[in-house]
Amino acid sequence: MDWLNLLIIPLARSVALILVLLTAFAYLTWFERKLLGRFHVRYGPNRAGPKGLLQPVADAVKAIFKEEFIPDHVDKPIYVLGPALALIPALVIWAVIPIAKNVPAIADVNIGFLWILAVAGVESYGLILAGWSSNNNYSLLGALRSSAQMISYELPMGMFLVSILMLAGSFSLVELLNSGRAWWEWLWLWAMFPLFFICILAETNRSPFDLPETENELVAGYQTEYGGIKFSLFMMAEYINMITTSAIMATLFFGGWRLPFGLLQNVQILGPFVLAFKVILLLFLFVWVRASVGRPRYDQLMGFTWKILLPISIGYMMITSILVVLFK
Amino acid sequence: MSWPILFFILVGALSIATAVGVVSSRQPIHSALFLLVNFITLAIMYVSLEAQFLAAVQVIIYAGGIVILILFVIMLMGSEDVPVDRIDSSWASIAALGLGMLMAATLLYSFMADFLFQAEPNTLAGGAPYAIGMTLFTRYILAIEMVAILLLVALIGALLLARGPRTGPKTGAELHAEEEEADAAGTTIPYVDDETTVMAAAE
Repeated sequence: MDWLNLLIIPLARSVALILVLLTAFAYLTWFERKLLGRFHVRYGPNRAGPKGLLQPVADAVKAIFKEEFIPDHVDKPIYVLGPALALIPALVIWAVIPIAKNVPAIADVNIGFLWILAVAGVESYGLILAGWSSNNNYSLLGALRSSAQMISYELPMGMFLVSILMLAGSFSLVELLNSGRAWWEWLWLWAMFPLFFICILAETNRSPFDLPETENELVAGYQTEYGGIKFSLFMMAEYINMITTSAIMATLFFGGWRLPFGLLQNVQILGPFVLAFKVILLLFLFVWVRASVGRPRYDQLMGFTWKILLPISIGYMMITSILVVLFK
Repeated sequence: MSWPILFFILVGALSIATAVGVVSSRQPIHSALFLLVNFITLAIMYVSLEAQFLAAVQVIIYAGGIVILILFVIMLMGSEDVPVDRIDSSWASIAALGLGMLMAATLLYSFMADFLFQAEPNTLAGGAPYAIGMTLFTRYILAIEMVAILLLVALIGALLLARGPRTGPKTGAELHAEEEEADAAGTTIPYVDDETTVMAAAE
């Protein structure tokens, strides 16, 4: 059946994926609060359910039943559009990430890398439009900061992606995982991982680079005028972005669904669990950084990407291309 | 009617509708958003023509870069004070007519070109990355390099224009040059305290 292959199966897979991601978002908030509590030598949420496990449910119920208040001075259609535009790209990137051998989440397109870059490019619209339509100086400043930051950090990130692409020799992420890597390729990639992770922190507006929503200078930045479920959508976008970028990093740097040394390669059912395990480790890294590193000033943030990260990434790309010509 | 044709008509209608939205919106931000949707429908058309690479590049450059820059400019300039009615002068409509005719001529030419000349086969070979890369970096390498230099020059020129004449205290090198001049002329420079002058200027 044409219809089955064309519409029904992708639709079912998308719905399943969205449900998994939303549940993961809910428990990521619990995971983060619990871990932050440990880092601060306190308990974290522990009232709702055993070990505070029902806390996300309580939060969701609260956000949904809160009055939906739209301030008078906003540009209404864009104000409502903002949170949705922030959330959609975070979900859409998942389409190309492989979750098991030869099984991408939705579709194996021959431009997987570019898909990631393209969706990352439109990711900043939600925040920009939210900040502008709120008609509030704090919001506008937050939006300007977030877009400048995301555009700037996209450059070194793109350069690093080009290097990975040259080593892989194919735009498809499924292909990337099917073809193995030589030992020096792994080492060369891992040497760059900390820098790539810094770019990702800035791209997801995560602490210590959460300058678009610095509470001590901008109230809450672009989301100042939002409340209830719309505010939750922004939070959802941020956390799902963390999960998505962790999955991307797991795929690019740590072999995605593969176990080390090609163990149990053909057991497809293991793939998602291995990937999930790697994603959880990387998410721990996000929380760890948030608990331990202080926030830089905005000019330091921008100076770091333009004066340090970008030259390094260009140099890295040049060396990689030489390595590819010599050894591949 | 086959499915691809129906798809093309739907996407094309959306594309035209958003294009009309771009020129008819009063609010510049709304125009920019319509432009964004228009670029994305164009990318969808590229995908339906099997040119996935071109589609991705379209989204990365136009949606991810240029429209964001446009939004930036609108936000920084403030969009409220654009005098929409003033633009309606007589020479503007004449210019619009001329540009419209130029546009129509270009469209007519590109429709006719298919019949008049043999279209170059496989220039983009379905828009695959390999084919595009080979074409760009062998046959059109000179053009690519020249565009790169042009962009660099534009970048530096913009920086120079935006910087404007320098204000603020003199640099050490300038003070030194002044001292040498005074020495050569046999005079002395009267002592000026920077902070007191600033205070005086403020008062």
